[in-house]
Amino acid sequence: MLLDKSIKELAKGLQAKEFTSVDLVNEALHQIEKLDGNLHSFITIREKEDILKDAAEKDKTRSASSNILHGIPFSLKDAYVTKGIKTTSASKVLDDYIPQYSATVYKKLQDTGAILLGKNNMDAWGHGGSTENTNYTPAKNPWDNSRIAGGSSGGSAVSIATRMTSFAIGEDTGGSIRNPAAMCNISGLKVTYGRVSRYGAIAYASSLDSVGPMAKSVEDLAIILEQIAGVDEMDGTSSHRPVDTYANDLEKSIKGKKIGLPKEFFAQGLDEAAKEIIMKAAKQYQDLGAELVDVSIPFLKYGVSIYYLIAMSETSSNLARFDGIRYGNTRDNFSEETMRRIMIGTYALSAGYADKLYKKAQKARTVLISEFDKAFTECDVLLSPVIPGLPRKIGELINDPLQNLLEDLYTVTVNLVGIPSLAIPAGFTKENIPVCMQLMGKKFAEKELLQIGNAYQMVTDWHKKMPNEK
Amino acid sequence: MKINVSALAKLANLNLSDKQLKDLEESIPGVVEYMDEVKNLDVDSIPETTRVTEEKNILREDEVTESLSQEEALKNAKQTHKGFFVVPNVFGGKK
Repeated sequence: MLLDKSIKELAKGLQAKEFTSVDLVNEALHQIEKLDGNLHSFITIREKEDILKDAAEKDKTRSASSNILHGIPFSLKDAYVTKGIKTTSASKVLDDYIPQYSATVYKKLQDTGAILLGKNNMDAWGHGGSTENTNYTPAKNPWDNSRIAGGSSGGSAVSIATRMTSFAIGEDTGGSIRNPAAMCNISGLKVTYGRVSRYGAIAYASSLDSVGPMAKSVEDLAIILEQIAGVDEMDGTSSHRPVDTYANDLEKSIKGKKIGLPKEFFAQGLDEAAKEIIMKAAKQYQDLGAELVDVSIPFLKYGVSIYYLIAMSETSSNLARFDGIRYGNTRDNFSEETMRRIMIGTYALSAGYADKLYKKAQKARTVLISEFDKAFTECDVLLSPVIPGLPRKIGELINDPLQNLLEDLYTVTVNLVGIPSLAIPAGFTKENIPVCMQLMGKKFAEKELLQIGNAYQMVTDWHKKMPNEK
Repeated sequence: MKINVSALAKLANLNLSDKQLKDLEESIPGVVEYMDEVKNLDVDSIPETTRVTEEKNILREDEVTESLSQEEALKNAKQTHKGFFVVPNVFGGKK
C-alpha cells in the first residue's frame, strides 16, 4: 500500500511521479469505505469530489520546491475548527456547527499543501481515554474490535493504524494523543505547552491543552512538527522560541544519554506483561549506548487528583460558553460524562472549596514540577509505560467513572508539568495486543526526545506492524 | 460524602433529567471523595502554578484588524433578530 510509506518516501515518490496525490487519496478513501463502517474513526469525511479535486490540483501545482507535506492526505481530530467544515468536538451540542474560521494548525497544514480528508472521532470535548464518550459511535480498536481504541484522540490513531490517512493532528490535555497511540500501535507526540498554537482548538483545559502530531513513525512526527510549530499572534501562550529543524540529525547517536526510570511509574497496578515489554525496551536503549538511571517522582501518586481537580475546574469554565445562543445546541445536549466533569469542576471552584481543592491542587502542581525538574538533573529523558495495562474491553469501565480516571495515571502529570512526551510502539503481548512506551523530555527539548525515539525505531520494527484488519 | 448535585447543576447552568440527577448523585461523590486526598497535602507554603508558559505580557498594537463579518458571526445562531443574537431573558420574566 502506498500509505504504508513514510512521509519522506511519499514526498519522494510524488516528486518522481511514481504515483500521484490522486492515487494517495483514492487509497485513503478506499480504506475508509472498506473499514470505517465498523471502526468509526471519522465523524465527518469531506465530499469525495472535493478531496479528489484538491488532490488533482496538488498534482498540477507540484514543483521541486514544494513542501514535504504537499499533496499528502491527513486528518484532524474533530476538536479543531475548520472553516466551512462541520466541527463537533464529538458532542451533540455542536452537531450542526459550521465554523467561520480555521484553527492555526489547520491553516499551517493547508499552507504546506497537505490534503484534509476529514475529522476524526474522539471522546466528546476530550473527556475520556477510550473514544466511548463520543456522542456518535464509539471507535473500535483495529487490533481487537472488542477493545477500546483509546482516547480522546482515538479516531485519529485508528485511521493511521489502518492506513485511512497518512498522519493526523491530535490534541493532548492529559494523555489524549499518547493513550490512543499506545493502544493502536502508532507514534504520537505531546509537545511542550506553547510549542504549537492552540488557536482554534476547542478548549478542554487551557493550561494543559497541547496540539500535536500522530503518525506511523518518529521520523514522520518530526517532519510534521517542523511544519506546525511556532509562535502565533492568536495564542498568547505560544512560544517565541525558534522552531528547531526536528527532522535533521534524527539518526544522531544516543550514546551516553541518560534515561531515567521513575520508580513510581513501575509500581503496583502496572500489568506484568506490559512491564516486561517496557523493561526490554529499556534494555535495548542500554544496548544502544544509553545509561539507565533510577529516579523518583514521589508525588505521582497524587497525580490523578491534582490533574483532574485542575482539568475539571478549567473545563467547567471553558464549557460555560456553550449556551446554544451564538452557535450549537443547548446545554442539555452534553453527555453525562461531560456534565459530571463540569459539575465536579464547579464544585472545586465554589466558595468554601476553592481553597481546599482547586488552590491546593495548583500548589501540588508546583511540587510536581519541581520533582520533574530534579529528575531531569539526573537524566535526559524519562522512560515509562503509557497506560497501566492492555486496552480495556468496550463498555468495561463506562459505569465506573473513578476507575476510568485512574487509568490516566501515567500520562496526566506530563501536562501538569508542561513537558513534551512521546508514545512509541515497544512490543506485543501474547494475545497480539500492542504495548507502547512513553519517553518524557525536558521543556522544548523535542529534538532530543525525537532523536531518542528514532534511535529505538531504527533498531526495532514494532512500529511497522499493522493490524490484520487493514 | 454529601454533595448537593441539584445546586451544582444550577450553578453550572445544566438542566438535568431525573435520571441524570440520580446517576450523577451516585457517581459524583465517589470521584470527589478520591480527590479529597489533596486536602491533606502539606503544600500550604508553596506558590500556586496557574500556567506553564514562559511568555509574559503578550500585547498587540491597538489596531483594527480583519474579523468576522456580522453575517458570518450570526451564521450559526438558531435565532437572530435584525442582525442581533436573540438571548434568553436575563432580568426575570418568561424565558
